[in-house]
Formats: sequence, C-alpha cells, structure tokens
Amino acid sequence: MLYIPCPWCGPRDETEFRYGGEAGVAYPADPDAVDDAAWSEYLFVRSNPKGWFEERWVHTSGCRRWFTVRRHTVSYEIRDPRPIGEST
Amino acid sequence: MTRLTSGGDRVDRSRPVTVTFDGADYPAYAGDTLASALLANGVRTVARGIYTGRPRGVFGIGAEEPNAFVQVESGTGEPMLPATLVEVYDGLRARSVAGKGRLSDVPDNARYDHKTAHCELVVVGGGMDGLRIAAEAAGRGERVVVCESSRVLAATLQEQDDVLLLNRTTVVGQYDHGYVVAVERRTDHLPDAPETVARQRLWHVRAGRVVDTTKGMEHPYAFPDNDRPGVMLAGAAAEYVTWYGVLPGRVAVVASGNDDALRAALVLADAGVALGAVLDTRPEVPAGLADGLRGLGVDVRTGHAVCGTDADSDGAVVAAHVAPVDEHGRGTAEPQLIRCDLVAVSRAWGPPPWSGQQVRTPGGASTTVGVPSVIRVPDGDGDAAGRTFVDLHRDATLADVERAVRVGMTHPEHVKRYTTIGTGADQGRTANPVMLGVLAELTGRPTAELEPTTSRPPAVPVSFALLAGRDRGRLADPERVTPMHPWHVAHGLPFEDVGQWRRPWYAPRGDEDMDEAVRRECRAVRTGVGTMDASTLGKIELQGRDVGAFLDRIYTNLFSTLKVGRIKYGVMCHADGMVFDDGTTARLSEDRWLMSTTTGNAAAVLDWLEEWLFTEWPELDVRCTSVTDHWATVAIAGPRSRDVVAALAPDLDLGAEAFPFMTFREATVAGLPARVFRISFSGELAYEVNVPAWYGLALWERVLEAGKPYGITVYGTETMHVLRAEKGFPIVGQDTDGTVTPQDLGMSWAVSKRKSFVGKRSYGREENLRDDRKQLVGLVADGDRVVPEGAQLVVAPGGVPPVPMAGHVTSGYWSTALEQPFALALLERGSERHGERLYAVDDGEAVAVTVTAPVCYDPEGARRDG
Repeated sequence: MLYIPCPWCGPRDETEFRYGGEAGVAYPADPDAVDDAAWSEYLFVRSNPKGWFEERWVHTSGCRRWFTVRRHTVSYEIRDPRPIGEST
Repeated sequence: MTRLTSGGDRVDRSRPVTVTFDGADYPAYAGDTLASALLANGVRTVARGIYTGRPRGVFGIGAEEPNAFVQVESGTGEPMLPATLVEVYDGLRARSVAGKGRLSDVPDNARYDHKTAHCELVVVGGGMDGLRIAAEAAGRGERVVVCESSRVLAATLQEQDDVLLLNRTTVVGQYDHGYVVAVERRTDHLPDAPETVARQRLWHVRAGRVVDTTKGMEHPYAFPDNDRPGVMLAGAAAEYVTWYGVLPGRVAVVASGNDDALRAALVLADAGVALGAVLDTRPEVPAGLADGLRGLGVDVRTGHAVCGTDADSDGAVVAAHVAPVDEHGRGTAEPQLIRCDLVAVSRAWGPPPWSGQQVRTPGGASTTVGVPSVIRVPDGDGDAAGRTFVDLHRDATLADVERAVRVGMTHPEHVKRYTTIGTGADQGRTANPVMLGVLAELTGRPTAELEPTTSRPPAVPVSFALLAGRDRGRLADPERVTPMHPWHVAHGLPFEDVGQWRRPWYAPRGDEDMDEAVRRECRAVRTGVGTMDASTLGKIELQGRDVGAFLDRIYTNLFSTLKVGRIKYGVMCHADGMVFDDGTTARLSEDRWLMSTTTGNAAAVLDWLEEWLFTEWPELDVRCTSVTDHWATVAIAGPRSRDVVAALAPDLDLGAEAFPFMTFREATVAGLPARVFRISFSGELAYEVNVPAWYGLALWERVLEAGKPYGITVYGTETMHVLRAEKGFPIVGQDTDGTVTPQDLGMSWAVSKRKSFVGKRSYGREENLRDDRKQLVGLVADGDRVVPEGAQLVVAPGGVPPVPMAGHVTSGYWSTALEQPFALALLERGSERHGERLYAVDDGEAVAVTVTAPVCYDPEGARRDG
C-alpha cells in the first residue's frame, strides 16, 4: 500500500485516496472546436511510461482536495506533491 | 527418549507439559515446538506425502519446513501448520497431515485485532544483532519495532517509549513505502486462552526502513530416497541440540557441501551423536574443521555424498548409501552402506529466508559454488529419479523436472507451474534452490543465469480470520439505515440492500408473498394512496454564486434559468457522453440548490462534481456538501395523496395551480418544519415530504396516521421499481450500463443543443451516430410469464447457435395497471421497431413479446395532478 503525501494533510495510507489518472490532461476550453481525433485523444488516450509519471490523486477520506505528484512507475517513489495546477 | 539431560536454551525444564499427537501423549517442556517435542520422544514419522503417501519426518526447524505439517485440533485449531512453528502448551493436540489439512466445520469465535504503528525502523529478528541495531536506533531517538518470530527475545534491550518489542511475531509481508505487515500470536501458546484477549494481532507498520537480521537459509541437495524420516537439514539438526537439548538422531551421517555443515557435525558429535561418517562433496575442506572431526575419530570423506537411504519397516532411515561423486554429483563407484538414523544434509547457505517482500527467490545464489544440487547413483535403478524428491511438500521429483524440460519448459516459472515445485505452503524454501540447480544442469546453463521464481507474501500461512480482524458479520461493511428504520424492523418488512443502505423491499400483510404484496401495493398507489421511505436518495446541497452555470456544464439540460422554488429533472453524463446519473434538482434560493442522486451513486456524484470544480473550473464559486443523512424523506403517492398531505399541512394550498408539479414549498407538515416537493416517480400525483432527519420517524408515523382514512399503503423498493418502469423511467445502472446515451434512452428532449456541457462533444463521434445503437423500448408479453432482467432478445425462436442477439431485457415485472407482464429493454434500432414481434429467451425458452414505447402507462401524463 502506497504512502501518499497529501500537500495539506501530510503522508497518509493509499486507502484514504482515490486515483485521478494522468495529470495535465486539460478539458478542452472549447470541445466543439477540436476534431474527432483530438477529442478521442482527450477521452481515451493516456501515456503509460516506465519511469516518472505525473499523476493526480484526491484525498477522498481526508481533506477531499486534489493534487499532483510525480510517481516512478517502477519503484513507486513519489515526489513533488503539489496542488493541482502548480508546477514544481 | 532423545532429550539431553541438560542444555537447550529455548526450553524451560521447570515447566513440563504433555502434548498429544495422533492420539498418543508425549512429555515436553514449555518452549518446545511440536517438532522438537516429537523428536525428543523419538517420533520419526510426523506426516505423509501429499501424493505418494510416503512417511515424512521433521526436515527443518523453522518456516522452511516442507514436511512436518500438522492439523492443530486443540484451542482454536488450525488446519495446516508446520510443527516447527507450533509452540507447545499443556494439552496441545495435533494430528499428522498428508499434504493438506481440513478446514474446521465450527466457526472460529476467537478474537482477532489489527494494530497500526509508525516508526523509523523495523528490525526483523530479535536476537543479539537485532537488539543491538534496535538499541542504537533508539539511542538516536528513532522509533523502533522489533519482530521476533519465536518466544525468545534477547534480553539486552528493555521495552521503552518508542521501542516496541514483539515476540511470537512474524513479519509476513513487506510492501511499498515501508509498509510492513506482521502477525503477533498472543494466546496460541496458552492452554486456556482468555476469551478477552485477541488470539492474534495483525500489525500494520509504516517504517522508514527495515533491517532483516534473520540468519541465512540452508539449502539441501537431493538424492534418491531423500524424503525418508531421518533426513534433515544439518544446521537444523545442530539447532535442535542447542535450542531444545534434543538429539535428532543417535547415529548420523552428515552430507555436507559447506563449512557450516562441518561445524554442525561438531555440534552433533559434542552432544553425543555418533557420526557414522562426515561426507563433503568438495574435493577439499578446511583442514581445521576436518582435523577437528578426525580428532574425535570421525570418518571424514571429501568428494563423497549420500546417494540413497535404506528404511526400516516404518519407512524411516536405517542406513545411508555413500559414494564418491564427481563435481556434477554423479557417483563414481559402488555405494557403501553406513548404518545411521539421521542423514544431516546441507549443500549451501543462501540469503535469509525472505520476510514477505515480493522478491525473486535467491535460490541458486548461495555461499558455495560447485556443489551439486542433486546426487545420482552410479548405474542406479531407473526409478531413482522418481524417488529423488526436489520438493518434499509437493511430492515433486527429479523425474518431474526432467519431464518438464523434455516438453520444453526451461524457465523456472514454467517448471514451477508444470511441476508445482515451490507452490506449497512452505513456498518452496528448500525446494527452489534444488530445482534451479537441476534445471541449470539439465539445460546446460549456469545457475546464476536462471531467473528465480517469485516469492510473494504472506511469508507464512495467515488465517483469513486474522485478516478480517473485527470486520466480520455485521461489521464487515457499514450498514446505513434511515431514521424510520426502527418502524420497518418492528413491522417485519423484508429489506433490500442498495449499496450500504438497507431499504424496505415490500410490506407484506398476513401470509402474502412478494408478488402478492407488490401487486396490492401497486394497485394502492394507482388507485388510492401509498407511502414509502425515500430517505436514502442521495442529496447534495450546492451553494455559491455560480451553481447555475456549473449545473449547466454538468447536466445535459439547462438549469441556470430555473426559478427559485422550482425543480428540474436532469441527466448527467461522463465526458464520453454516456449517462452517469440522473435526478431532480431544486433551486432553494438564489445561490442554494439541492440535487438528488441515485441512492447507490451519491458518493460518486459528489466526487464527480468536486473533481470538475477543483481541477477544471476553480474560478467557479460553488461549494458541495453531502446532506443525504441530514434529511428524512417520505414519499406520498397516488390520487388520494393530496388528501393525506392536506390533513397534515392544513395551511398549505395544495391546488394544482397554487402548488404545481415540479415545485416545492416550505411548510409545516404534521407540526414539523418541512420542505414538500411535488415530484413523482410513479406518474401519479405525489409529494415528497422532507424533514430534518431526527424528525423522520415522527413524520413517518404521522403520515400513516393521517393516511388511515384513505387506506394509505406502505410500499417498498420493489413496487417503486414497477411503478417507475410502467412510466418508462429508467434506473441508471439497471436500465443503463455505461454504454447508453440520453438519446438511447429517448431523452433527446433533455439534451440541450444550445449550451456546452460535459459529454456533449461526444455525441458527434462516429460511434454515437451509428443508426444501429441500442435504444430503450418497452416489451409486453403474450402470456403470464415475466421475462427477467438479462434475458436476450432474438428475432426468431429456435435457430442454430450462434443466434444473433438483438438486445436484452433490463427490467421485467408484472404490471397491475396493464394486467400483464411487461419489460424495459435495450434493443438495436429500438425506437424504429415499436410493434415488432420478438422473443425473449428465458431459461432456454423463447417468450413472445411485442415491442412498444418505453412508457406503457399514462403516456399523456394525465395523472400527475391527481
């Protein structure tokens, strides 16, 4: 079970969180302006790197806030917890 | 008796106990394991092979034990534990096991607890080394947890603040980010375990780091008939002497491949075991050790190995076959017989037995290279390979590995699955290294090149009862009940579980079964008045300046223009355009809104709303709060519902124009502060009265009282489902499955073309424009048979499989309004097929049905105003 550093509450067990998938996949400002391929990309396609990965979590059983971390998908090391939208 | 008169630092000779094994009583001492107690009493056969039924003895001394599995029958009982890990107590009763135990048929009523700890350091092993490391860390101000599997902790460190010393505690799992799981056995060693003390504790420790101080793991080599009682790991044999003061045999042949085994031979000799011979497969051994043994008159032979055993009538070892061997373990001369009752074998020492990390077993890696893993007899009989056991626990042999390689298995993981080597409760601790060695030899590769198999937690068997802890029975999952629940229980209503909610299912009178009760309840709502507890419906209050704009983006239809006091039905979709939830939302004031959600979806909807607010639209001024449990809701439905509400709220103008459909009023109902919503899930005139939760039961009882003159009828979820289905109202998650759009449900009217909302863009995707999508339809059947949910729709009965499926039934009921069975279904091109004859296949029988519009009752909506 991962030990996830919530930027507001500190490190907590993974069971307190819900996973939010890849970070930085923005909802298109005007969905009608993007073509089918770009919309499909937004809906369905996510990167799946072996190595460092920017991902979102939400502290559902805690402060209920969303945040971004960098997690290494092999070692599971987690770095740089920060509120959504903030860069490292 | 083979107990020494003195020695054995783990046993307490002042505390004699009696244990019973396979019906016979044996004396032992507190501190013995069942294995040491049996050895002390000369019990050689303690188990049998799972497939061969061959007699087996104690082979190891700890978690590596592959043979001596027993069923503990006293106390709480355990179906299958290695005797090497069972601590004795007076009255311990156990039985030998042939490869697998038998689950108890009585419930386990012992208590099990979970505990959590946080520390900088977990030390595995409470010996001198472990406690030295723990003391150093404690001296630096670190929090330390020490886990010692046995009873005995070294006495060099006292428990103190921030130092937790746990004996009888085995680390069974090590996971990511320093998460360590350990089992503490608190009462298994007590003859009369107090009921108030948890039998075992599961420790969840979050550690900065873990130090494993347990000793290395001893690996045997294999040879023909190496499974007989009397064959034992050499290091284990020596430890039975030093730990328990027990001689594991009278006359031993030591089968060595490393220096430690020679030291073990010295321990045995020192304790009085006669050494028939000490053999070492290596051509040369350290002179000091060899001379030490020879000085005691021991016959030390280098370049020799045990290549077989002879057994007595009980199957236990009475002699070892001894032969010179080459570096591949092949005998180079006729074996010689040496009489003995103990063959103490040790090929090499590997890393410590893993303590629950998911690791590649470091099987081949060991301190000694060039020592063969298997010994073959010169000109041996053809069956020898079949009696040379690689995995004693699984009864898997050298012949099995050879067969695996012959059919093309060369990776250890493949051989493991083909032969089952390493899959037993001992996790193949003694078998995997032998298997790797044999595989290396058979495939002509160095052992180091073989990727070892993966060991996974738990490191030792753990009972499900412990994993469950106190989360059993009623505590297995939280149970949510409404404020009216005591009434439902008192009146014997059967319950339906909806998520964690317990909802009344129907309200039978007398001997009614469910069908009878539901038909009566349906008729009551359609012709008189019925009432149900609707408190479980999800309720989310939204506050802020921008709630209207937010709901416009979340719902498929327009909400921002909704006037205060009015209610609107809305559908929300995921970005892929598929229906996610639906419900009504009321505008309580300019900036306060109350959203209702499907009962089972309330938490998911709240998550969904907050996700968008936090991650995409932080500029919107919206706050969401779950208020599901704050309000109790009583639905009053039917043409006479106005009379009942009028009796309860005389000051409220209930005229259809004064209080129209899809509006709400703040009012005093039955003397209670209430919100009355004019919404209907049945198509009938209906009111939903909401009061603060603590008034829920009072309101319920007063509604029943006020409804008496009108024959008010309590109904449950089943009737609610029938009534809504007659009106073609879909239930998200029952009539939809995540692949259904609002358009598929015939709800294009609720999908705005003018504004942008989550999911809208997806309706332009090719997949959503296909003209053969499944659409919601109604079905009426010819006969009396109700076609159940899940029945497939086909165009013609019979036919040769595979028959094309045109759709499936999502809800099926008996309709009292239609006096016939009906159903809702998702059907390819369904909206174009009204009137078509199809067949619903139920239990192999084709039931003729006619496709209709989804709304089969009061399609004009004439009844909603009563």
